[in-house]
Amino acid sequence: MKNIVVTGNKGPRVRSDCEVRLELRSGGGIIINLESKVKAMYGNSITNLYREGLDYFGIKNAVLDIDDSGALPFVHMARLEAAVKSLIKTDKNWLPPLLEKNIYSSARNRFRFSRLYLPGNTPSMMLNAGLHSPDGIILDLEDSVAPAKKHEARFLVRNALRQVDFYGAERMVRINQGEKGYEDLQYVLPHNVNLILVPKCESGEQIREVAKRAENILDQNNITGDLFFMPIIESAMGVEKAFEIASSVKNVVAIAIGLEDYTADLGVQRTNEGKESLFARMRLVNAAKAARVQPIDSVFSDVSDMEALRTTAMISKSYGFEGMGCIHPRQIQVIKAAFAPEKDELNKALEIVKAFREAEEKGLGVVSIGSKMIDPPVVHRAMRIIELAEKLNLIPGETDNN
Amino acid sequence: MANKMVKNAAGREVVTEINGQKAVPYQGVGKYKPEGRKYAPWISSCADYPDNGDKRVSNIREALVKAGIKDGMTISTHHHFRNGDLLANMLFDAVHELGIKDIRWFPSASFPCHEHLIQYLDDGTIHHIEGSMNGPLGRYVSEGKMKGIAVLRSHGGRYQAVQDGEVEIDIAVIGAPMADPFGNANGLEGDSACGLLGFALADSQYANRVIVVTDNMVPFPCIPWQIQGNYVDFTVEVPRLGLPEEIVSGTTKITKSPDRLLLAELTAKFCDAAGILKDGFSFQSGAGGTSLAVGEFFRTLMKEKGIKARFARGGSNKYLVSMLEEGLVDYILDGQTFDLDGVRSMRENPRHVWTSPFTSYNYHGKGNFAPLVDVAILGATEVDINFNANVVTHSDGYLLHGIGGWQNCLFSKTVILPLPLVRDRVPVIIDRVTTLCGPGELIDVIVTERGIAINPLRKDLMDAVRNSDLPVKTIQELKEEAERLCGRPEKLYNDGKVIAAIKWVDGTVIDVVRKVKV
Repeated sequence: MKNIVVTGNKGPRVRSDCEVRLELRSGGGIIINLESKVKAMYGNSITNLYREGLDYFGIKNAVLDIDDSGALPFVHMARLEAAVKSLIKTDKNWLPPLLEKNIYSSARNRFRFSRLYLPGNTPSMMLNAGLHSPDGIILDLEDSVAPAKKHEARFLVRNALRQVDFYGAERMVRINQGEKGYEDLQYVLPHNVNLILVPKCESGEQIREVAKRAENILDQNNITGDLFFMPIIESAMGVEKAFEIASSVKNVVAIAIGLEDYTADLGVQRTNEGKESLFARMRLVNAAKAARVQPIDSVFSDVSDMEALRTTAMISKSYGFEGMGCIHPRQIQVIKAAFAPEKDELNKALEIVKAFREAEEKGLGVVSIGSKMIDPPVVHRAMRIIELAEKLNLIPGETDNN
Repeated sequence: MANKMVKNAAGREVVTEINGQKAVPYQGVGKYKPEGRKYAPWISSCADYPDNGDKRVSNIREALVKAGIKDGMTISTHHHFRNGDLLANMLFDAVHELGIKDIRWFPSASFPCHEHLIQYLDDGTIHHIEGSMNGPLGRYVSEGKMKGIAVLRSHGGRYQAVQDGEVEIDIAVIGAPMADPFGNANGLEGDSACGLLGFALADSQYANRVIVVTDNMVPFPCIPWQIQGNYVDFTVEVPRLGLPEEIVSGTTKITKSPDRLLLAELTAKFCDAAGILKDGFSFQSGAGGTSLAVGEFFRTLMKEKGIKARFARGGSNKYLVSMLEEGLVDYILDGQTFDLDGVRSMRENPRHVWTSPFTSYNYHGKGNFAPLVDVAILGATEVDINFNANVVTHSDGYLLHGIGGWQNCLFSKTVILPLPLVRDRVPVIIDRVTTLCGPGELIDVIVTERGIAINPLRKDLMDAVRNSDLPVKTIQELKEEAERLCGRPEKLYNDGKVIAAIKWVDGTVIDVVRKVKV
């Protein structure tokens, strides 16, 4: 039987994390060796935390080597629990307290302009993520986590859901594909997740299965309230099935496209102009609108080029997308600004709606500005722009009531 | 060896004697004003110097011998070459070869490249260091290995110590990227070009013997003469003074860290909301990544508002130079040049002016420039709930940074410290700073990613930003938030021996640093 395991990370570039080496022994009691950047300030409390953890799992004899680069307590807890559960079988979960302010729900139609990916096994990026005001944060268990680290990432993501304040961002988790993904759900769903991203979707059946599994877990844990889904379409087949996926279950609120995998599937290069994915993107937008869900564009991967990001986001908006993924916090404001209505656009909308109201009052059947006739869909679109602007506090004199 | 400790006006237990010299405890901001005449060097007569103006000697060792080097003397050097300095190492190799002991080394700052000198601290060539320490030397001193007590001063405080006679420099060794045989020197041209030589100005004027060392000797006259040859005793040619890539190094890059950029953005927004960013304002520009980023946010805001700054004071680099060249800043009053764009601009642009700690910071001048600056954005390792700040030690007690011009810049009209509230579990706002370097009454605003605290003494700033959407909190609230995230730090009580004294700008002792427990 295996009796030694190592979890977590260390190294010159590792921050806010720790590496834990746990060796179970048959005697000799508990020996803890702590190397820590913050030993002078927190040495005793770190050692005590580990003792408490070992005691919780009923471990009486072990050697623990901890190499700490400034991990917060919830990270230490996740690393230890992952180590323990690699060596012994137990049903107990060593949970840090759930912050009260982390209990909030989401809404079907909330904005999803920007959603920030956080690699699920990298604690240093988690703590301040919400401060950059993304519409959503995604704790990612899928592609950003190395296969060997999948197990420990689940504990870290779970603890982050309980302990990290994301300042009102929609709380999202991207699970793995298939069985691994269903297991992921067990770990995260009891800890107030708003939305699950399902990667590499190619059929409606896939989403129905995830939704069924999720419902079971929520029921078992007596959790009520909505859990939303955002399927990610990343293949030629997925694109063909976009509408089926978007309308698979009622709690799908958005569908996203993943262009790295999609272009790979097509066997073409992904370019900044994106001509190679024009069909897929338009198909996705159309399917989403038909199913009354939000179409969300892929991430933009050059994090240093804010101008190109701005241009890409503007194009994305012009296609009908209602958001993009972010892989760097500095992308958030650029994307938000690009998806918000422009000044001219807003002024025009205000003018149109004003003309519409006046026509209504006068009992006129036809709306016109000057000599130009305004069709009902134009009025409808103008109203949507104003609604958006109101929610974003872009109309002078309006205040935010949320 | 009993050194009486007293509590100074800031409530810190400090020494009353440093390496056998009497020390005055800190008395409060602007309270200590020594009387009498300034220190003056020996009278020299031109009859004693060569008529042809050629003061060259063959090497550093010979220059030291001719300067009359003896055990226990004070030798000064300067940090214009920063982490690319080769001179201090060469110098002490020569001192060591001569068998000289117990030197008081008085650098304007030391860097990791001076790790080479640890052997000379070990063998007694150097008795102790009086100057800012960055990195390995700080670690060495922190662990109690140096014979004497280190003394840390600000750039202005160094000038003060020279002028009021607290430090008598026996031999000043000035590295010059360009010099003539007479001793005129500047930092503008040559392989080791570093911009200006302001930190050596006091030494040239007050040291008993002055040696100029260059790797770029030109025929008389060396123009401009930032250092005047009339103060210089000997000149020496060496093949190489510094490593150019380290002199004008990449330390001056704008941070890419999203969290630091957020801090910088908040800081710039604060300055805007507080009404600081108005036409004709002035600012202190630093070399740290966050400080540089603030400058870039300033640039954007200034363009939007159509305003320009009258002057920027401090370190220059390509970002600041481009603001000068775009007409966003009328003048750069440069104290330290950080990159080749800065050096070029200083050489070519009459609006890019070289300054010295005398003009900018000196306590014994009839005023200085620091209080004329509208806003200074500075760093710190810790701040406490009374806005006191630490800039030299880490929370674990290690002395790892110098003071630089930091204390002097606290006299700016508004002082802002943008600091991450939590840095890998290290909370930046605590009950009491490990080492006091700057009194809270001079520190106006702490900007963190989780909120902005304004010193209650600055009601005007509070009123100015009241109606903004900035996240203003009390410093107590910020401290509690940091503790919620990190946990409450364990109390560190250190009664180890005193290894360093921290001077205030007027020469009084504001705090001491004790040996770390290893």
